[in-house]
Amino acid sequence: MCDTCGCGEPGLKLHEHNHDHDRERIVYVEQDILSKNNLLAERNRGYFETNGIFTLNLVSSPGSGKTTLLERTIAALKKDLSFVVIEGDQQSHRDAERIEATGVPVVQVNTGTGCHLDAEMIRKAVKTLNPKENSVLMIENVGNLICPALFDLGEAHKVVIISVTEGEDKPQKYPTMFTVADICLINKIDLLPYVDFDIEICKEYAKEVNNHLKFFEISAKTGEGLKEWNDWICQETGRPQVNL
Amino acid sequence: MHELSIAMSVIDVASTRAQEEGASQINQIDLEIGTLAGIQIESLEFCFEIACRGTIAEGARLKIRSIPGMVECQTCFKTFQVDNFFIACPECKEYGVNITQGKELSVKSIIID
Repeated sequence: MCDTCGCGEPGLKLHEHNHDHDRERIVYVEQDILSKNNLLAERNRGYFETNGIFTLNLVSSPGSGKTTLLERTIAALKKDLSFVVIEGDQQSHRDAERIEATGVPVVQVNTGTGCHLDAEMIRKAVKTLNPKENSVLMIENVGNLICPALFDLGEAHKVVIISVTEGEDKPQKYPTMFTVADICLINKIDLLPYVDFDIEICKEYAKEVNNHLKFFEISAKTGEGLKEWNDWICQETGRPQVNL
Repeated sequence: MHELSIAMSVIDVASTRAQEEGASQINQIDLEIGTLAGIQIESLEFCFEIACRGTIAEGARLKIRSIPGMVECQTCFKTFQVDNFFIACPECKEYGVNITQGKELSVKSIIID
């Protein structure tokens, strides 16, 4: 009996075939589908660790304030830390131009039809950026709360950003991202008086999927809460905290 | 639509192995995908059909074995089955679990000619 289609088994009629029963065989592969990306991500991670490069992968829906957050963070810390930035977007150089204006090196990666950055794109971009030892690499992923969750880039932390205009149930709607991130920024808190968004409920929802999440409540526009965020970066990179 | 990237990775893994085995064609690819892996199966099947064109895997059957999600409660260490991430422990009602199974995303075997 053919163990592929079952033909030849008593009771089953023979039928036309286009596969050769003599040569067909099964090969056990047992390989992770994302192994290629994961391997490259580990290479990136090794490179970052060896050179003391602290890497954050910022993920969120479009329009939650990732680029504004980067502008503010860089402006506050650039005299103490060397920053390099990778901007991921489907098209355009708009974000890279905004980061360029802050005076730090930036590479724009356009994914075209792709919905996420992968480890190979980061490897190439880092080669171009050639960051100094002990710098901070900020990766602004493509605005998308689903796909970037699956692709390790070699970062130290995945930082998920939600803004208060998006609804407090984001963690329930897009749980995968909240399980892989370990830092959660709640942005645009200056708009809280105008929207129906309960920060505590949002945190509860997020903790239901990942109770290890560390939260920062910020407004990238007014600067509220950014001191804690900046202090955390300084602490993680082993720098003394700066007075803002 | 990260399923298209996943479909291309599946074909990449399967083709590399098939070529090592000196195969001229892949007739079937067997996958294991966990229910917590973040993959929509219908979307993956749809993308696979497109992604396999012009490759050694063109026309191959895609067989997917779904692996149920299993978690362990961080508080009372009870193990239980889940199908989403919103899980309070049925025993002690606490949130906070470690996923022990259900994130699988692997090519188990291929049938080649």
